[in-house]
Amino acid sequence: MSQSLNEVDGKGYWAAVLRLTISLLVIWFAVSYGAGILLRDVLDNVSIGGAPLGFWFAQQGAIYVFVGLIFYYCHAMNKLEQKFGVKG
Amino acid sequence: MDFWTLFFVITTFALYIGIALWARAGSTDDFYVAGHDVHPMVNGMATAADWMSAASFLSMAGLIAFMGYGGSVYLMGWTGGYVLLALLLAPFLREFGKFTVPDFVGDRYYSTAARLIAVICALFVSFTYIAGQMKGVGVAFSGFLGIPFEWGIIIGMAIVFVYATLGGMKGVTYTQVAQYCVLIFAYTVPAIFMSMIITGNPIPQLGFISNAAGTDVSMLEKLNGVVTDLGFLEYTQTNKSMFDVFAITGALMFGTAGLPHVIIRFFTVSSAKNARVSAGWALVFIALLYTTAPAVASFARLNFIDTVNEATYITDDEDYAARAAEIEAAGGKPVPAWYKEWETTGLLDYEDKNGDGIMQYRGPNSPDGIENEVNPNRDIFVLANPQIAQLPNWVIGLVVAGGLAAALSTAAGLLMVISSAVSHDICRRTLYPEMSDQTELLVARGAAAGAVVAAGLLGLFASQLGFVAQVVAFAFGLAAASLFPIIFLGIFWKRMNKEGAIAAMSFGLISTFAYIYFFKFGGGTPDQYFMGVSPEGIGFVFMWLSALIGIVVSLVTDAPPQDIQDLVEDIRVPGTRTAHGIADQGMAPMPAE
Repeated sequence: MSQSLNEVDGKGYWAAVLRLTISLLVIWFAVSYGAGILLRDVLDNVSIGGAPLGFWFAQQGAIYVFVGLIFYYCHAMNKLEQKFGVKG
Repeated sequence: MDFWTLFFVITTFALYIGIALWARAGSTDDFYVAGHDVHPMVNGMATAADWMSAASFLSMAGLIAFMGYGGSVYLMGWTGGYVLLALLLAPFLREFGKFTVPDFVGDRYYSTAARLIAVICALFVSFTYIAGQMKGVGVAFSGFLGIPFEWGIIIGMAIVFVYATLGGMKGVTYTQVAQYCVLIFAYTVPAIFMSMIITGNPIPQLGFISNAAGTDVSMLEKLNGVVTDLGFLEYTQTNKSMFDVFAITGALMFGTAGLPHVIIRFFTVSSAKNARVSAGWALVFIALLYTTAPAVASFARLNFIDTVNEATYITDDEDYAARAAEIEAAGGKPVPAWYKEWETTGLLDYEDKNGDGIMQYRGPNSPDGIENEVNPNRDIFVLANPQIAQLPNWVIGLVVAGGLAAALSTAAGLLMVISSAVSHDICRRTLYPEMSDQTELLVARGAAAGAVVAAGLLGLFASQLGFVAQVVAFAFGLAAASLFPIIFLGIFWKRMNKEGAIAAMSFGLISTFAYIYFFKFGGGTPDQYFMGVSPEGIGFVFMWLSALIGIVVSLVTDAPPQDIQDLVEDIRVPGTRTAHGIADQGMAPMPAE
């Protein structure tokens, strides 16, 4: 059956989850809205292969980072769940 | 062309029906959430097909080809939403353990009114979206198989009818997996060949940043040069304001995360942990197409200008082969064969304005003062790729089957939202709480059948008005402004109460609807835009206002019952979910694994 909240450190776990979530969302914002939109003009002065970097982030790079972010999140959450004894 | 198209369409349709017969639903659990035991990777694949619609498959690359950098809003918006889903919504909603999105809203906010407003939002979003899919099915049939448009829609409806009513979510899940395989294969094969031809690199994502074949100029630089020479804006630039690009990307991202047909896919896995992994897989499968699309877009634009601009037109009265040879012998460029083939579909339009028999393709700032004479429909860029790349005829049939797979899989996912909103949220949870599981299953099948018919009629009706592309802005804007804030706050802020939720949803729904309606149908002009934001992006602005209203209203009214606050704590920590009287009355939560 289910564990009750008292058996696991739910508060500590949740605080750690929030910290992780916020840091990953900062990266999420930085690669899309940041690199792809707000800082595009600056980044476009640099090239990746034959593409301006800001443009590349908006059409390719951000998507790759998004995929990486979700899998990193899964990995980090598994570790957090182990640490706090939460069964996911 | 007809044989292979027919072959692939019939084979894939038979496959979908076969899967439907195999994956029949025996209970409401099967029907709504595929028994909660779909493997995360399988669900990821199903989600990708569910998500990628006829618009993603047929229109997106063409849109980007025309918009250049401006098209990035679709690429970032429609993928970035999955990060929000994985981090903020999916695992917690799975832990909450209900069947539908209005189910979560109604139970978390202990209110029938909130449930019904959520039902309205879900139905509105889904019906707008499904009309576009049905239209796509009709276009594919009429354009390729010579079947009348209406019959195309009816055939598409019949197929979806079989697997949605028989199998419910279970049937839909496994057909979507098959549909993903069909559509991704159909999309990437022509893209690989295009990339080889234009850049010499077989991987489109690498070709995108490589040099144009046989030169030391990068493909994108060459494209920039070519389009500006014709009076278009540079490909890597846009004329939209930065804030508008920001807002549209935001509306698409948060809208994606709030779309009910995407969210319910994560109810089909067995745990919160699997919901997270599943979102990752979904994005992998989506990214395969979404990182290929911008490459296809740039190749197609370059190739289109290369082969069509300044070509000598050959009329239908002339013998194409003989005349083309004659033009080439005289050192000219004949109109390409694929162009002539596709002209009959009405997707390409040439008007010889200066009467010289040469096709001049020009942008709005035509440098030589020559008027533009060629108007390609954006869908042509994906549809004609196999011929442009001179691929065998069977590839064309495959692309048609792929487009149908994309449209049907999305339509089926939407139908599940519509039917479960009616059978579960309206009938079982609101009107007849005493209904048995077996009766509900019967009602659910009936609702799915009714929804298929309604969607088909809407497809027929909408295509006559020709407003489908415009109303899609509704779906994302409404999902972002009405559903996302209250689901998010419902998980991350215990103090959010029913008054706040009702106020926030109502505001998001009405304001976004009014704004889009005013600018799309009510005669509003761009200089009247609120803060310079176009209707496509307004959902993003209203989302923040809606959240703010929800928070303020919650703070000035009573806190939610302790039972609900405990429940919110439960869903944050996997494995601790226990029954809570108010929220789980009448419907016990699914036991934890």
